[in-house]
Amino acid sequence: MIHIPDFAHASTVQIIFCFLAFITVITAFLAIFSRNPIHSALYLVISFFSIAGHYLLLNSQFLAIVHVIVYSGAIMILFLFTIMLMNLNKQNEVHKPRITRLGAIVSFCLICIVLILVFINSKPIAGEYIATGEDYQSIKVLGRVLLNEYMVPFEFASILLLTAMIGVVLLSKKEKTEK
Amino acid sequence: MDNTIIIEKSVIILVVFAITMVMAMYSTLAERKIAAWLQDRIGPNRAGKGGILQPLADGLKLFSKEEFEPDTPNRFLFFVGPAVAMSTALMTSAVIPWGDHFHLFGRDIILQAADIDVALLYVFGVISVGVYGIMIGGWASNNKFSLMGAVRAASQMVSYEVAMGLSMIALLMMTGTLSLREISLQQSGMHWNVFYQPLSFLIFLICAFAETNRTPFDLAECESELIGGYHTEYSSMKMGFYLFAEYANMFISSTIIAVLFFGGYNYPGMSWMVENVGVNLANVIGIGVLFAKICFFIFFYMWVRWTIPRFRYDQLMNLGWRILIPLSIVNIMITGIVILRHEIAIFLGF
Repeated sequence: MIHIPDFAHASTVQIIFCFLAFITVITAFLAIFSRNPIHSALYLVISFFSIAGHYLLLNSQFLAIVHVIVYSGAIMILFLFTIMLMNLNKQNEVHKPRITRLGAIVSFCLICIVLILVFINSKPIAGEYIATGEDYQSIKVLGRVLLNEYMVPFEFASILLLTAMIGVVLLSKKEKTEK
Repeated sequence: MDNTIIIEKSVIILVVFAITMVMAMYSTLAERKIAAWLQDRIGPNRAGKGGILQPLADGLKLFSKEEFEPDTPNRFLFFVGPAVAMSTALMTSAVIPWGDHFHLFGRDIILQAADIDVALLYVFGVISVGVYGIMIGGWASNNKFSLMGAVRAASQMVSYEVAMGLSMIALLMMTGTLSLREISLQQSGMHWNVFYQPLSFLIFLICAFAETNRTPFDLAECESELIGGYHTEYSSMKMGFYLFAEYANMFISSTIIAVLFFGGYNYPGMSWMVENVGVNLANVIGIGVLFAKICFFIFFYMWVRWTIPRFRYDQLMNLGWRILIPLSIVNIMITGIVILRHEIAIFLGF
């Protein structure tokens, strides 16, 4: 059910969508194929920005801004940071054994299966909000839903993050005492 | 109707852009004059009356200087660095409410380029993207000192963003909105947030110094250790862009401090003025008041620069992670308890 827009009669949103989608896909591929790890990371940043643009097209400002803050502003900065500090380049790129590559492919396929199942089983609930005329993209509604209906998964996610954080601190401490 | 909005917003954007530029230009002069004043010197006084044309002369000098480029494999990124720094410095001004509204030509004109639902988050987003300008520039310079300066600047900004965000949460719990316009409106009649959230203000102020890479946190360009930091290899107007971006950032962060904590354009008796003198005049005074507050904070930045010596790097990180972040978490808890005091009292059976 892929809908190919007719460019002669495309609306502005469709044109912007195609443009953003083009940038997203191209930069995502460039992130994989470019030899220099810093360039890879920067392409990924551009890709993240265009994904934020997609969120804006869906009129979800909160998601777009949070995506920029978390992914472009924090995670990719730390990526760049690590790459710059470790001075990685193609000379000291480690050759991956075949079993690792196979593992990567298998895990990618598993994630794909999970995602496809999620997409098939998900049901849009926007209709209820449209019926009541409430702006379901606003932070007020989002916060209410997140802290009422999805309270337990939300808290579990924060516990997961906390565990990861404590784990990192533990690992870095361990290294220091061994030296 | 649509066209008038576009014209209206374009005019506001142009005016804000011009004002930011002029403020950043004259901040350079103000910095030198204030430095001179604090050190009992005269300061620049040759270009124009009392040195008033000095920024133009500086700009002309930077434009006409020889453009030097280091031998770098990333020439494109070398150009991108200053461009990103400058654009992010100018982007934040889009969501700032400069005044309440004018009533002109039979319609209300809101003095804000974009009143979005998530204005405060937008500001944080732009700040966090601003790190890229420094990192890309420092890395593309192909110089160890530049890279060290860039890494220092970036780690400092990332660390202080955490404390800044946490200090904001306490404020948000009180205001209940992320829109800067609503936050300004809530503060009318001397209900300035600084009286309710002094700790949050203090943390935000310290973090703003770190985010703009100003003394005492200007370790990124610590001359005795790193020559010029991330802009060592830059010359001519590219260097000028980095310096200019710093001053533009200073202006914008002063504006945000004024809007979030010091009532923005509100002044005592504003509602009286609106009723008795008229909306337009009251708001003109409001814009004047906002700019007076901004100028005070810009002065404060410079005052601190010539008063407090530079921190050591470990001191900077300790302050950020071990003092400011726990303090802001405590602040959040206190704010939460105060907001829910009635519920807590009922729960405890008082």
